[in-house]
Amino acid sequence: MNRYQLTKLAKRVGFYALIAVVLVYAIFPFYYAVITSLKPSSELFTVSYWLDSLDLSNYVTIFSEGSFVRAILNSVIVSLSVVFIALLLGITASYALGRVRFRGRGTVMLVILGVSMFPQVAVLSGLFEVIRGLGLYNNPAGLILSYTIFTLPFTVWVLTTFMKQLPMELEEAAIMDGATPWVTITRVFLPLMWPAMATTGLLAFIAAWNEFLFALTFTLTDDQRTVPVAIALISGGSQHELPWGPIMAASVTVTVPLVVLVMIFQKRIVSGLTAGAVKG
Amino acid sequence: MASVTLNRINKVFGRDHIIKDVDLAIGDGEFVVFVGPSGCGKSTLLRLIAGLESISDGELAIGDTVVNDLPPRERGVGMVFQSYALYPHMTVYENMAFGLKLAKESQETIEERVMATARILQLEELLHRKPKALSGGQRQRVAMGRAMAREPRILLFDEPLSNLDASLRVQMRNEIARLHNRLGSTMIYVTHDQVEAMTLADKIVVLNGGRVEQVGSPHELYQRPLTRFVAGFIGSPTMNFLPATLVTGDADGCRVRTAGIGELALPQDASGRRADEALTLGVRPEHLRLAEASGDNAFEIVNVEYLGNEVYVYLEPRDGDTLLIHRSEAPSRWQEGQRVALVPDPEHLHLFDTAGHALPARPRRAAA
Repeated sequence: MNRYQLTKLAKRVGFYALIAVVLVYAIFPFYYAVITSLKPSSELFTVSYWLDSLDLSNYVTIFSEGSFVRAILNSVIVSLSVVFIALLLGITASYALGRVRFRGRGTVMLVILGVSMFPQVAVLSGLFEVIRGLGLYNNPAGLILSYTIFTLPFTVWVLTTFMKQLPMELEEAAIMDGATPWVTITRVFLPLMWPAMATTGLLAFIAAWNEFLFALTFTLTDDQRTVPVAIALISGGSQHELPWGPIMAASVTVTVPLVVLVMIFQKRIVSGLTAGAVKG
Repeated sequence: MASVTLNRINKVFGRDHIIKDVDLAIGDGEFVVFVGPSGCGKSTLLRLIAGLESISDGELAIGDTVVNDLPPRERGVGMVFQSYALYPHMTVYENMAFGLKLAKESQETIEERVMATARILQLEELLHRKPKALSGGQRQRVAMGRAMAREPRILLFDEPLSNLDASLRVQMRNEIARLHNRLGSTMIYVTHDQVEAMTLADKIVVLNGGRVEQVGSPHELYQRPLTRFVAGFIGSPTMNFLPATLVTGDADGCRVRTAGIGELALPQDASGRRADEALTLGVRPEHLRLAEASGDNAFEIVNVEYLGNEVYVYLEPRDGDTLLIHRSEAPSRWQEGQRVALVPDPEHLHLFDTAGHALPARPRRAAA
C-alpha cells in the first residue's frame, strides 16, 4: 500500500468517524428516551445503553389515563386548525401581497416580518388579556388564535415569495378564460403551490404541536390541555417521585407522528424551502 | 367574429405616456399585425384590447359595443401568450376546457367544442398529455386551442412564435396563416419581426414610441413608406439612406444632389420647399444598380456576401462611414476592392425631409 492509498483511506475513515459523531450527538437523547420508556420503573435508575427486555407498562399507564388521550385529541384539533387557518389566510394574503399592486405593500410585508420577531414572553400578558376579553380562556380556541398569530408571518412570507414566482401570464391566461381571483387562486395557483403549502403547513403543525408556554398559560383544566403541558404535569405516586417512565413513553408517543410526517414530506420541504433560491 | 374600432386611445402608466392617440379600424375577419421595435407600445395596445390593462382615455369598440369597462371574459376575445402560459397541472383537454367550464357550458358542449378545436389544430392524439410532455410547437398549438375553444369573436396573439426555433417558427407561421384562412375570424397579432408581419398580415400597423406611424397592406408599406422610420423598419436588408440636397422642385418633380451620385431628377412633389433644404434619399438594396467606375465619386466594394440565391455587396462611400448595401441575384460579377458608381432608378427612390416625412411621389407614368 503506497502513501496515496493510505491518505485516501485515512480521509475516508475520518469522514465516517465524523458522521458517526454527528449521528450520536443528534440521536442519543431521543434514543435514550425511547429505551427509557420501554423499561420497567424498577430498572430506570440503572444506567444501561441497551434494552434487555421489552416492557410496555409505561405505555399502558399513560393510555389508561383518560387525560392523556384527551390531551392528544386536543393537540390534534388545535394543530390541524392552526394549519388550516394559517394556510387559508396565508394563501389569500399572499395573493394580495404577491400579485396585487397597491401602495404600502412593502410596509405591510415588513410589519408582518417585524411581528414575528417578538419573543412569545413579550406578548404573553397582552395576549392573555385578549383571550380573556374574548372569553377564550381555558378553551382550545384561544390556543388556535394565539398559535395562528405566530405562524402566519412565516406562512405569508414563504407563500408570497412562491406566489411571486408563478408567471404573470398564467394568471392573465386565467383572466382571459373568465376566472375570478378566487377561481384563479383555487384552481390555477393552489395545485402549483403544493410544495410550499406542505412546507409551511408542516412547520406550522410542528410549532403548534410542540408549543408549551401559551398552552400552559391559557389553559386551566386537564380536559383542555394539549400534549406538551399534559406531559409536564404527569405526576408520580408521591410529591417526591418524578415518573420518568411514563413521561418518556408519552414523549415518544407524541414525537413519532412528527417524525413520520417529516419523512413523508421531506422532499417537498426541501423543494419548498429552496424554492426561489435558484431559477428553475 | 367582429370588427374592432379604436378611437383616440391613450394609455398612461404613472408618468409614462405609453400609447398616444391611437386611431384604428380593424375590419371583420381581417388579420392585423402590430409591429415595431421593443418598447413601442405594441404589446400594451394588444393588452388594452384584451382588457388586461385599463384604457386611460379614448374609446374601444368591439362590433357595435363599447367595451372600455367590460372585463376580458365579456369582450369575447381569446389570447395566445408569448410563453404559452398553459396550466401545467392540467391535461391538454382540461386546458382547453377550462374557459368553457367557467362559462358554465354543458358537458356535451364542452366536449364537442374541445374536440372540434383539437381536430382543427391536430391535437387529438395529445389530449391526455400534460404540457410538460409536449414539444414547443405542440404547446404553441395548445395555447391557440385554448384561446379558440371558447369561440371568441377576436383572437389576439402576443409574439406567439418568439420562443420557437427558426425552422419551427416558419412552420407555425404557415399554420397560423392557414388557420386564419380557414376560420376567417378577426385576428390581431403582435410581433417585432417584420418578416412575420409581412407574411401574415392583411394590414400592418407600424408603431413607434406609442404612435401609429403608418397603417397599410404589406405592399403599400414596402412600396410607399410614409415616414423614414417605416422605410427603415420594413424590408431586409434595410433601406439605404443617403444625405441629399434639394436643388429645384415643384409639384411635378424635383432635382436633388447627392454626394457620390450627382444630380438626380425625381418624381417627388417638392412644392413649398426651399432650395438647399436638407433631405434624405432612400433606396432599397435591390433598386441600386452598379456600374464600373474610376472617378473621384466612386464607391469602393468592401465586402461581398454570397447567400446562395442572392448576393449582398457592401459599398463604402468616399467620405461617409455608413455602408450601403446592394442586393442582386447570384452569381454576381462584383468583387471586393472594385470601385463602382451608383445608378439609382428614379422610379424606386424615396425622399424624406428632416422631420422624417416622405415627400409624396407623383403618380407613376403607367397610371397617367
